[in-house]
Amino acid sequence: MGEVLSYDLLLNAVTAGLLLGGFYAAVTVGVSISFGILDIVNIAHPAFIILGSYIAYYANAQFGLDPIVTSIVALPAFYALGAAIYQVYYLSFEKRGQDSLRGLAFFFGILFITEVVLVLVFGVDYRYVQASYIETSLHVGIVDLPLRMLVPCLMSLVMLASLQLFLTRTFTGRAIMAVAQDQLALQLMAADPIRIKRIAFAISIATASLAGAFLIIIQPVEPSIGREYIGRVFAICVLGGLGSLPGTLIGAMLLGIVESFTATFYGPSWAPAVSFGLLLLTLAFRPAGLLGR
Amino acid sequence: MSSTARSGLFVLACVAVAAAVFAGARAVGNDYVFFAGYTVLQFVVLATAWNILGGYTGYVNFGSAAFFALGAYSTVFLHKAYPLPIPLLIVVSAAVSGLIGLGMGYLTLRLRGAFFSIATLALAVVLQTLVVNWNYVGGARGAYVIRPAEIPELSLPYIQYLFAIMLGLSVIAVATARIVERSKLGYGFATIRDDELAAEASGVPTLKLKLIATTLSGALMGMAGAPFPYFIGYLQPSSAFALEYAVNSIAMPMIGGTTSWIGPLLGALLLGTLQQVTTVTISSAVNLLIVGVLLVGFVIVAPNGLIGLWQRVFSKR
Repeated sequence: MGEVLSYDLLLNAVTAGLLLGGFYAAVTVGVSISFGILDIVNIAHPAFIILGSYIAYYANAQFGLDPIVTSIVALPAFYALGAAIYQVYYLSFEKRGQDSLRGLAFFFGILFITEVVLVLVFGVDYRYVQASYIETSLHVGIVDLPLRMLVPCLMSLVMLASLQLFLTRTFTGRAIMAVAQDQLALQLMAADPIRIKRIAFAISIATASLAGAFLIIIQPVEPSIGREYIGRVFAICVLGGLGSLPGTLIGAMLLGIVESFTATFYGPSWAPAVSFGLLLLTLAFRPAGLLGR
Repeated sequence: MSSTARSGLFVLACVAVAAAVFAGARAVGNDYVFFAGYTVLQFVVLATAWNILGGYTGYVNFGSAAFFALGAYSTVFLHKAYPLPIPLLIVVSAAVSGLIGLGMGYLTLRLRGAFFSIATLALAVVLQTLVVNWNYVGGARGAYVIRPAEIPELSLPYIQYLFAIMLGLSVIAVATARIVERSKLGYGFATIRDDELAAEASGVPTLKLKLIATTLSGALMGMAGAPFPYFIGYLQPSSAFALEYAVNSIAMPMIGGTTSWIGPLLGALLLGTLQQVTTVTISSAVNLLIVGVLLVGFVIVAPNGLIGLWQRVFSKR
């Protein structure tokens, strides 16, 4: 009897981990582009995700809109925000060749400002959204598939697949993959490296809109929970190998499973340490990641 | 005059200034001066400590709060296990935070700079999770640390005693920063900041120097945290690990200027005082917003901080 139960528990823990991992992939893909491909250490990315969550919350609470629909409508705004931030970053740091120390401080400041502004506008209470699918669950055999996890996971896989297609099949996409390696060669191909980087960074911020909607579907959100995601995002990014979207997906699934096991067998209060612990270990022993170059 | 003699004079001058500040605060006679002053001085220590690693070697530490909290929780642990006077607690906290700094540096400093910064963020969350799950030091609920009303031997109110201790720590931190800056060690740090590869190639032992910097910086941050439980009386993980400490210890040196010991001191005094004023007159959320905006504004407009602005205005023409 005990064995049947633990098998049950195990299977459900793995499923929950995979669903969580799918969502983590959506959270990380933006940083995979900005940090992995462009070498811009955007530690403020989780703050933009929380911003996305709050926009989804506001539209849901005021007009009853579906969070995912809201986030798709908000995509151009996030894209523009990303392009603007890149422009400031380029003029202030990249162009002057002092992007490391001050660039980091810049993004840290942006992270902090976003958090404080959200606290000032919405307060520190947890906010959540309402949608028809949040309360229901599918049951396949002994496995539970809560839709509140399944929908973000599937949407996130669609997003990753489209981005991967874009990066490998289109001229702009390939230029983005090339920009970090050889800017001069890119110029010889008649592509402006700054414009390409701006597009890529804008896309990376745009993914935060969708990821933010997924986040608030999965769990209630308050302004400071973005910080927990900094570790997760960079752990996945480093684990999967920088700049590789398939690597990001694998890293995300791995972290999802490890976290789900920790939560099931040791209790959820240990979950935040898992990702950071994993990150520290990866950095110490295999900094190139699993699929690293 | 030899540089050792000059350092000696500098330390004497610092002690004299500290004594004058203490006498001045007592002359005002209002307890609030000591509370506000303690907080500002705590930032002087944190900003100076951050700058020894961040400003001198160019490695950005986002985990100041973790080192600060390590110091604070060492105190809580010892307060329950075996109470010691605060100066001894400070020594213990410095050792604990310094060791963690060393280990942290050893794990990550062989990687690119950005990884070190991300790992420091990671460290803060790992340590916070450990503390939240550790019931002996209060866990998520927090711990009470009851302080006596006064120090009988000196017949000094306790808050004045804490203020004096923090003044002493500020002197130690600023003097350490200045001595390091003017020493062979400091020049080694500067070569790492300017071009690590070239430094390594010219025979500078970069890893060793970086480890010295992380240890020193971590130890000073731990010292700043050691008296904190007695100051606040009730220590929670969320108050010890507050993002506020991480942001301020970066913002203050950046605003003051990172290349010399004056920068973080100036930044901490100005920004720390400004925060005390805005917390009282407006609100604490707004005061944090001001810090964030100033940080971003300064790194964009005045990358060398107030010192850089000063030099630009007075050295040209």
